[in-house]
Amino acid sequence: MSPPAGLPRLLAGVGRGMESRAAHERRHGPLPTLSTTGLIEVVEHSGLRGRGGADFPTAAKLRAVAARRKVSAVVVNGSETEPASSKDVTLLKHVPHLVLDGAMLCAHAVDAEAVFVRMSEGQAVRNVETAIAERPAGELPIALVVGPDRYVAGEESAVVHQLESGVAKPTLTPPRPYEKGYRNRPTLIQNVETLAQIGLIARYGPAWYRQLGTDEDPGTALLTVSGAVVNPGVYEMSFGTPLHALIDAVGGPREPLQAVLVGGYFGNWLSIEDAWHTRLARESLREHGASLGAGVLIALPARVSGLAESARIASYLADQSAGQCGPCIYGLRAIADAMQELADGSAAPGTVEQIRRWCGEVDGRGACHHPNGAVRFVLSSLRLFAAGEPASRRRRQYA
Amino acid sequence: MKIAVNPIACEGHGMCVELLPELIRLDDWGYPVIEVELVPRSLEALARRAADVCPTLALLLVDE
Repeated sequence: MSPPAGLPRLLAGVGRGMESRAAHERRHGPLPTLSTTGLIEVVEHSGLRGRGGADFPTAAKLRAVAARRKVSAVVVNGSETEPASSKDVTLLKHVPHLVLDGAMLCAHAVDAEAVFVRMSEGQAVRNVETAIAERPAGELPIALVVGPDRYVAGEESAVVHQLESGVAKPTLTPPRPYEKGYRNRPTLIQNVETLAQIGLIARYGPAWYRQLGTDEDPGTALLTVSGAVVNPGVYEMSFGTPLHALIDAVGGPREPLQAVLVGGYFGNWLSIEDAWHTRLARESLREHGASLGAGVLIALPARVSGLAESARIASYLADQSAGQCGPCIYGLRAIADAMQELADGSAAPGTVEQIRRWCGEVDGRGACHHPNGAVRFVLSSLRLFAAGEPASRRRRQYA
Repeated sequence: MKIAVNPIACEGHGMCVELLPELIRLDDWGYPVIEVELVPRSLEALARRAADVCPTLALLLVDE
């Protein structure tokens, strides 16, 4: 099997329907068998980092779990509860075997007893059921678990909580799931794209993986691009690609743009001027206070109010609180309401300072990172849009 | 000894702030903010009492 050159890699089998196991193996060859150290080594040399948003080195996570005894499960986290993201469901819908290959390699490496796939309601559940039924005899059985499509329900501790008790809400950490997760035993939870990358790296090797991307950010990433672009959708890009080349690749802007939201609803706004000087690379994004998160980019047109759009997202995030921690429940709502007043032009003087202070109060005071992500987004919105917008943009929301 | 709040259990009854105003304050919504994590020896007895009387047992003591 000759390794695929260039792009696409992950999306190579994405067509209209689901790629069968036979077609998948014709494309990529059979799943190789790797020892624990073998898998961790190739993943480490590849430089792969988690694609669920946390950006943690995958080999370090694998090693931490593999070092523990009696690992209960590997969980394929396909929750993808970020509304602007559809990369993981794209993989599960069209090339589920690549994802399940990655899960099986990891399950073998950490000696897990079970494999779960966690999806959200309304996703391509039937395709994954079909794929599970096609897996070869002798593999660990795979159980599919469908949960609510709420923002925090895909958080790691919430995923374990759901497996344990059916309640898809975060729990107090530490202990993190890799220490004490499903059945109170170490549990490896990996994002769908991360596992699909492992399915390729195990076959073609780390040197192949590094043929694309940069030394610091090797390989490719899946991006979900939406907003005012000609062809919104899921794209695979090499790390290091300039953002303007990415916008060109999706057909270019549909109209003049003012900003790009990078990283999703927990992400950061880049002014369009900054965006044109930014590359899909951790260092370049960090210079503008941003990170790629789960690979979401939303292009905001120039004619709408950035404050109104930010207020809408802030309100969504307040509604998506799991409702467990007071500062998250009441603080995010207060912040979102004040953002709406700013957008309406009805805010009292000092509201921007009030919101900044509230953001500081709420940050870090939940059991999970929901409040932290929400205030990061709000602070970024204030930085870019609070200085004042032309009155013509006020009240115009972008749907 | 350190103090922490379990934010899921905490319902904002405020007993901890009554007993330990030197270490804890309330936010705008009535929930405790730990200002000083490390409990001075002179306040350890009060911190134990605050943990005991919290109606939801949300004040956590971590012995070092």
